[in-house]
Amino acid sequence: MNLNEPAAKIRTTYREALRMALREALQRDDRVFLMGEDVGRYGGSYAVSKGLLEEFGEERIRDTPLSESAFVGAGIGAALGGMRPIVEIMTVNFSLLALDQIVNNAATLRHMSGGQLSVPLVIRMATGGGRQLAAQHSHSLEGWYAHIPGLRVLAPATLEDARGMLWTALQDPDPVIIFEHAMLYNLEGNLAADAGAVEIDHAAVRRAGDDVTLITYGGSLGKALQAAEQLADAGIGAEVIDLRTLRPLDSNAILASVKKTHRAVVIDEGWKSVGLSAEVSARIMEGAFYDLDAPVLRVCSREVPIPYAKHMEEAALPQVPAIVQAAREVLHRA
Amino acid sequence: MNRDELRRALLETLSDVAPEGDFDRLAPERPLRDQLDIDSYDFLQWMVALHERLGIDIPETDYPRLATLNSAIEYLAVHVAASQP
Amino acid sequence: MPSLGADMEAGTLVEWLVKPGQKVKRGDVVAVVETQKGAVEVEIWEDGVVDALVIEPGTLVPVGEVLATLHSEGMAAASPATQPTSAPRTPAASAPPTAAAASAERGRISPAARRRAQELGVDISKLAPSSADGIISIADVEQAAHQIAPAVNKQAAMRQAIGAAMAKSKREIPHYYLGNSIDVTHALGWLAQENTKRSVKERILFAAVLLRAVAVALKETPELNGLWIDQQFRPSTAVHLGVGIALRGGGLVAPAIHDAQDKGVPEIMSTLADLVQRSRSGGLRSSELTDATITVTNLGEQGVETVYGVIYPPQVALVGFGRMVERPWVRDDAVQIRSIVQATLCADHRASVGHRGALFLTALERLLQQPERL
Repeated sequence: MNLNEPAAKIRTTYREALRMALREALQRDDRVFLMGEDVGRYGGSYAVSKGLLEEFGEERIRDTPLSESAFVGAGIGAALGGMRPIVEIMTVNFSLLALDQIVNNAATLRHMSGGQLSVPLVIRMATGGGRQLAAQHSHSLEGWYAHIPGLRVLAPATLEDARGMLWTALQDPDPVIIFEHAMLYNLEGNLAADAGAVEIDHAAVRRAGDDVTLITYGGSLGKALQAAEQLADAGIGAEVIDLRTLRPLDSNAILASVKKTHRAVVIDEGWKSVGLSAEVSARIMEGAFYDLDAPVLRVCSREVPIPYAKHMEEAALPQVPAIVQAAREVLHRA
Repeated sequence: MNRDELRRALLETLSDVAPEGDFDRLAPERPLRDQLDIDSYDFLQWMVALHERLGIDIPETDYPRLATLNSAIEYLAVHVAASQP
Repeated sequence: MPSLGADMEAGTLVEWLVKPGQKVKRGDVVAVVETQKGAVEVEIWEDGVVDALVIEPGTLVPVGEVLATLHSEGMAAASPATQPTSAPRTPAASAPPTAAAASAERGRISPAARRRAQELGVDISKLAPSSADGIISIADVEQAAHQIAPAVNKQAAMRQAIGAAMAKSKREIPHYYLGNSIDVTHALGWLAQENTKRSVKERILFAAVLLRAVAVALKETPELNGLWIDQQFRPSTAVHLGVGIALRGGGLVAPAIHDAQDKGVPEIMSTLADLVQRSRSGGLRSSELTDATITVTNLGEQGVETVYGVIYPPQVALVGFGRMVERPWVRDDAVQIRSIVQATLCADHRASVGHRGALFLTALERLLQQPERL
């Protein structure tokens, strides 16, 4: 590679980046296969696996029956048997039907077997609201999964992470869950032509600032960045942190930022009560209490099942004005 | 008073009026108003200070003769000698 | 704590100039307050006897908060427990139950601010929160520690204050603009003559002649002299002329020459000289900052010919004078070289119409042709 030339970039989408990651994994490792509802003939309910059945065949791209518990269980079995399955659960809403498999088997077999058993399973799921799919189909339950020891939980929010997290996750001998926010699939952007695997242990500073830290992940990253733009117009420098990995959380990155800015706002599409944002807030309190100029504030979904009507759903989910307002409050400038 | 003493008197009184000016780099041939932030009020204060320090009452019509540092020194060299006993 | 400017939120009490028990009259200067625009002497608006000095020097206090209490002469002090010779109230001196109440009154402090206060040697008990949520923050501690802000920060603060006031003016006031070229050759000649009779200490600047002319011209158009308050124009019988004064190193104040209608040119000059001196050294009085009924700005000093200004709310007009230039001018059927000044008026269309503004400018021109009568 000629180091004098800037790296070539391609214009692509989050969805296409995920597909590139799948193709790379299927090509590089024969043990990898994809299974889930409609991933084969239909090309994936979000079109992520479009064309893969034609390219890799029925053994590698497997359509499953409409039974999450059954096919997640089968995936666990395949992983135990030495394969590297990628199980696609259509959305986190349907994963509830496989919770027992995920929590009591996938997450726990290594522990219960004294280390003899390993479940190198990757589960991909769409998550989040914003498309008027109403209460049962708009959950953000990343916080529930991040609660379970034995699981690694990832939330790619950028094209680079969509492209690069999968391969690294497949190298993990233990189960990894990758959350893809449904509103990100159409996200368009530039990606390095030679983009590849990325690390999955650290958070990323997506925008540097000195006055307040905005901590978020997944589908809320875009809103946090927009809020940071608006705050910049008011002379407030917001630092935006993309958590990237929800379990284990990158406490060092969070604390380093808050110690610099003295103020934090956590943005999480899950509900505020008993959620991931509470965990981040508690860690900041434990690790940076004496550096805080104001209590940590959280911007989350309202405590209601997510509504169907568009204006109601918008009102229920976290939005940019609420993030800006919270930032102003921690700066005592509301 | 010789020219050096006059120059010192001019610069010291001027720096009282415009303390933030860069007197080390003052160009003696360029108009003072271009190099220092002084308005007509400041100029008047300078005239008052020169009056107190050198005993010289400079008429308004002569103000343009003090536009640059060099011309001010020349002016004073003539008029201060004249007014001293 | 008085509001000493359109966008002032808080000020720091620097010094008390009175003591409890002291008699004060309306207009007496009782305290010195530090604002973004420098130190200001605060006058009191009532006659009375000072009861208690509530706030201690060094404290940052929001606008509107009580600084001291007085009672009218002849009345007993409000609280029988307060002796005329008592020291200013300090929270630390109270018994434990009231100490908690006092500190709750004073506001809570963030952990980071508490630590910063320790680092900077700031006494927390002297701090009051500057924000609406009542929490003392790092910014409050740092402001208290750096009472006399370094010149650079002060400049930025002043620029911000001016910017906010000007933005508000342009947002709310429908400005209209009129201009006139005035032949001031005769006035300049008259002034030069006057100045030859005067020692250098008493010399009069042309600015004083212009200011006096404005004050007299306003008699003919009173709708340019007053304040716009509560959707109405309130004309002022007195002309308190705000004068735009540039501060060294950047920044602008516009303190008032009170009752310019009653002051001749020499008195306007001496008042102006005093104001410029105190503007630049930080000794302006609060009434000078708040009483102007119209402002005159003299940017011609910086070399521009025409000034298109921005009105200082709640005033309704601003007069600008540009640089004096020598121009060929037609006079007595011949072309002569005359000294010409551009005079501009920007005015609030809610309080006056163009016709009246034009009358003001023509009156100004007329008055400047007979400076000896000013």
